[in-house]
Amino acid sequence: MTKKQKKILIRIIFSTLVTALTVILPLNEYVRLALFLSAYFLIGYDILRKAFKGIVRGQAFDENFLMAIATVGAIILGEFLEGVAVMLLYQTGELFQSIAVGKSRRNIKELMDISPEYANIECNNGEINQIAPEEVSIGSTIIVKVGEKIPIDGIVFEGETSLDTSALTGESMPKDVFVGDEVVSGSINTTGVIKIKTTKKYEDSTVAKILELIENSGSKKSRSEKFISKFAKYYTPIVCLSALIIAVIPPLIVYLFSQNLTFADWIYRALTFLVISCPCALVISIPLTFFSAIGGAGKSGVLVKGSNYIETLSKAKYVVFDKTGTLTKGSFKVTDVIPIALEKEELLEYAALAEMYSNHPISICIRKASNIILDATRVTNVNDVSGKGIVATIDGKTVAVGNLKLMDSLGIDFKDNDFIGTRVYVAIEGEFAGQIIISDEVKPTSKIAVQELSKLGIKKTCVLTGDSRAVANKIGQELIIDEVFAELMPNDKVDVIEQLLGDLSTNEKLVYVGDGINDAPVLARADVGVAMGALGSDSAIEAADIVLMDDDPLKLVKAIKISKKSVRIVYQNIVFALLIKFICLVLGALGLSNMWTAIFADVGVMIIAVLNSIRAFKVK
Amino acid sequence: MTKIYNIEVDCANCANKMEEAANKTEGVKSAVVNFMALKLKIEFEDDVNEKNVMKKVLKNCKKVEDDCEIYF
Repeated sequence: MTKKQKKILIRIIFSTLVTALTVILPLNEYVRLALFLSAYFLIGYDILRKAFKGIVRGQAFDENFLMAIATVGAIILGEFLEGVAVMLLYQTGELFQSIAVGKSRRNIKELMDISPEYANIECNNGEINQIAPEEVSIGSTIIVKVGEKIPIDGIVFEGETSLDTSALTGESMPKDVFVGDEVVSGSINTTGVIKIKTTKKYEDSTVAKILELIENSGSKKSRSEKFISKFAKYYTPIVCLSALIIAVIPPLIVYLFSQNLTFADWIYRALTFLVISCPCALVISIPLTFFSAIGGAGKSGVLVKGSNYIETLSKAKYVVFDKTGTLTKGSFKVTDVIPIALEKEELLEYAALAEMYSNHPISICIRKASNIILDATRVTNVNDVSGKGIVATIDGKTVAVGNLKLMDSLGIDFKDNDFIGTRVYVAIEGEFAGQIIISDEVKPTSKIAVQELSKLGIKKTCVLTGDSRAVANKIGQELIIDEVFAELMPNDKVDVIEQLLGDLSTNEKLVYVGDGINDAPVLARADVGVAMGALGSDSAIEAADIVLMDDDPLKLVKAIKISKKSVRIVYQNIVFALLIKFICLVLGALGLSNMWTAIFADVGVMIIAVLNSIRAFKVK
Repeated sequence: MTKIYNIEVDCANCANKMEEAANKTEGVKSAVVNFMALKLKIEFEDDVNEKNVMKKVLKNCKKVEDDCEIYF
């Protein structure tokens, strides 16, 4: 508890004690009055003071003013106990609210405790100095010891270790890094000392980008937040006006008919109105819900840039995926080897040897697949035929490895098959020897993610790709995706999104999920743009509305679940709070409720709404 | 120019009032108060002195909510 909260708590306790004594002890009328008043001023002095200041500044109608009028009114009417009790319960409610809000603020701060305090720099004389991460220039050498956070993005050049990236991705599996690997700031070094050459300045590092995003999130308000702040603006004056009408009109009507002047009863009813006039429960519960939801999402590696995106995401009906790097791993792998006469391993071995000096991604994955130690003495006369492949002499035999064009140019007769993927043809001594099929792998969770989406009420899933129709259709069938758009140029993607958006009504939203590289226009055009695998890619963090820190498509499912839950909570709170307030107003006007019911309803609604809001933090 | 300031305010409704007051201040293009993060994001009009505008923003906020504070 903060100092302010403790002070209020002490005031609440003492004031309650004094009030209790006043009620229990058989006291002289004047002593009783004095005690009641002292309890009242003890608990309410700050509210009375604020109310007074408000009036002076011409800002009546705030909750302090209303509470002051209601309680002073009750005391004047001789209802001492009610006056004090209303003030006590109101303050208790406020205290509860302030503790709850403070707690969720702290929760989220702890969670986002990724900001590094210092960087260890090695000086020329071998000493290690701690300096602020902001002062480290690009290309500096920093040392990260066990238990420390990596302060700046960079590349490991000495040592190896395991990194805990859970604060960034929500993934508890440690990541092993070795010399030459890129590391992102914010991860925690868990097992060994490493030296890093920085590749970015602190302010461009992942950690700084994420912190900036979190700071700015919530400045984009949701529609329900805007609705409630508008509502609050009119609610209080309307309730006050109704209170005034109740205090004056009915007694006058009664007077006209019966010549009896009975103001007291009606004034009491009017004061009950004022007690329920504070819109606080509503106003607090909505941002608190979204804040909790954004925090809960952040905990599992989903960064949301504003509560408006949570609201929009909850209405998602179409989900459009980019293929490469989103549904597939984006890294190529040998998926089939189809030799004519040789063993599979032999074919791979020849191909790997021929490609041993090439850095082409396809060569790299063939070498990975072959799994043998490449003996350079077996390979001579390597000839890189640009755009076609490689011709080399291996063990004295001429081996050609490459695409269809290479086979054609060498006049080699080959047999094709219907495997889908990139084909690499191999010919030995002018004879076709077989082919190697290379394709992008589907991520292990892609299929479950698509299935889960349809369970969440997504009407249609689509995939967009620049790849060939055959490859796209294969993935579409494998993952059971509703519509496949293939062979698209980058600007075609925006057109497809436009066309899909045209099918949706205003309350149905389209989500686009991409890897954030080269698809910024599409991310921007979709109702919600989600960038995936964004760890280390600052362009993706900037372009998207929601950022999935790792590249698991299931995180999207989680994000939608979180959004649906929090929007449900928001509606529950709005309906519940308004209903209770309305019932209280009606009962109060009819004289069926008293100030006790009113204040209990008011504080009770607030506490329940706040507790309900905090639920948004936890999502399975 | 857009800047973000730390603020102190006790209740959500008061935060809304601050936002309204800041938005009405001369030199402010748009203002957003994030009650949960206790931040005030201000987009200034072109060619204004940020410090002077912020002084006015604070004064206007104090008018609607005596207890608030803006750190600039």
